[in-house]
Amino acid sequence: MKRLEIFLPFVGVAVLLAVWSLTVWARVVDPVLLPSPVATFKAMWVGMTSGKLGVDFIKTVVRTIYSTVIAAVIAIPLGILLGSSEKVYRSVEFLIDFFRSTPASAMFPLFLVLFGVGDRTKISVAAFGAALVILFNVAYGVMNARKTRILAAKVMGASRMRVLWDVMLLESLPQTFVGLRNGVSLALVIVVVAEMFIGSTDGLGQRVFEAQQLFDMPDMYAAIFAAGALGYGLNLLFLTIERRFVHWSGK
Amino acid sequence: MAGAQLAARIESAAKVHDSSQRTAPHVTIRGLTKRFSDATIYDNFDFDIPRGKLTSVFGPNGCGKSTLINMIAGLFPVDAGEILFDGQPLNKIKFGYVFQNYREAMFPWLRAFDNIAYPLKVAGVSKNERDARVEKIVATLNVKIDLRLYPYQMSGGQQQLVSIMRALVVDPEILFLDEPFSALDYEMTLFMREQMQRIFVETATTTVLVSHDLEEAVYLSDRILLLSRHPARAVEFVHYDAPRPRTDRTLSEADFISTKAHCLEIFQREVRKG
Repeated sequence: MKRLEIFLPFVGVAVLLAVWSLTVWARVVDPVLLPSPVATFKAMWVGMTSGKLGVDFIKTVVRTIYSTVIAAVIAIPLGILLGSSEKVYRSVEFLIDFFRSTPASAMFPLFLVLFGVGDRTKISVAAFGAALVILFNVAYGVMNARKTRILAAKVMGASRMRVLWDVMLLESLPQTFVGLRNGVSLALVIVVVAEMFIGSTDGLGQRVFEAQQLFDMPDMYAAIFAAGALGYGLNLLFLTIERRFVHWSGK
Repeated sequence: MAGAQLAARIESAAKVHDSSQRTAPHVTIRGLTKRFSDATIYDNFDFDIPRGKLTSVFGPNGCGKSTLINMIAGLFPVDAGEILFDGQPLNKIKFGYVFQNYREAMFPWLRAFDNIAYPLKVAGVSKNERDARVEKIVATLNVKIDLRLYPYQMSGGQQQLVSIMRALVVDPEILFLDEPFSALDYEMTLFMREQMQRIFVETATTTVLVSHDLEEAVYLSDRILLLSRHPARAVEFVHYDAPRPRTDRTLSEADFISTKAHCLEIFQREVRKG
């Protein structure tokens, strides 16, 4: 019985596939709208290995990674700077919260004017959204550094810079990774939406949109699953990096 | 006023170099005043901490035991008054401080060894010498812990022992401990008392221990400072000179029992006054 427990995570997947197959078999939904799982995964396999889907997948990965890296490079140092002084953070808190709450998609037209049609717009809008999420988390991570730990460093004679570098920075790392994971998820959302609309010719968003326009349902579902797998994979990647480098997180 | 203070400071600084002053108090506290928003904790408090002794601070809840050592160690600012170490201010001396909450005072991203070496790193000591000095303190205290572990991989007692070693590695002139064993279970507390006694016998460092456990305070101490409710006064400075090492048998000796009973009586009298 105990040995069977390792299969628990697959139960949900199996149930979903069963319900899906049953729905197709019983013709509850028009087969044009809902292809069978087999047809969908076949479309996905063919698309990823020899078709356009693989190319689009790579495009979206590259854009998402670019925007997350740009966001991290800007937001992490800035977050540390803002977080190290509660007064400074309080004075810009409203701006950060306001733009963090503004849907990044509302910024597309503005960025289109600034950067024109092309990768630069998609990447910069996504970076903008991700940067605010990362910034907010890093700043809070630094601000919520354990007071005792900071006192301990001070009592051992550490200067302000040293406390910031040796204690606050490391204290903020678990929260920074929360920010990075949320940031990369948001960047992916924004990139995919951007690929659907603004004069795009490639990317997963474009693939989903085009398949829908051509009424090629297996291709559309395949592209949706590819996007899901990408989001899940990126989250898993960051979790793995976090476990490796922030070994003390949650302990 | 400032002129008079300066003159007094120069005078007391001169005393340090006079060998007849070597038996003089280690720490002199004069006119210490501390107010929190709702209460005056210390009002013109004077006290001398003797050199090379283990002094415990004991008193009713909220009387300012921890506040006292936090002010002496510079963690809290004082409102008024002066605290000098052989006539020198805090920033001229080396001291160690052990927090009650070891879990939050250790650096979880550093291995135990690097935690102990950290104050030396701050002081700019080279890597080789840091390693040598950590090895030395480990050998002196005869500690048998795997120091390659991270703090969160250790038991509470081991973590607190590491944090005591971190305080001792700089060869401090004075060691402060703020209720160091109160977050440990009883078994670990007994073990740590023995470790603490051994450390004190080995190093003979002037030690100030805040305790909320009278048995522990008397057992470990040469002197017990009994404080009143705030504004705190030194009600009595009890001497307890039983030879070391003290053992479980010490706990049942007449001298120990009468000292403890005496402290308890004063403590209860002070509590009732509130």
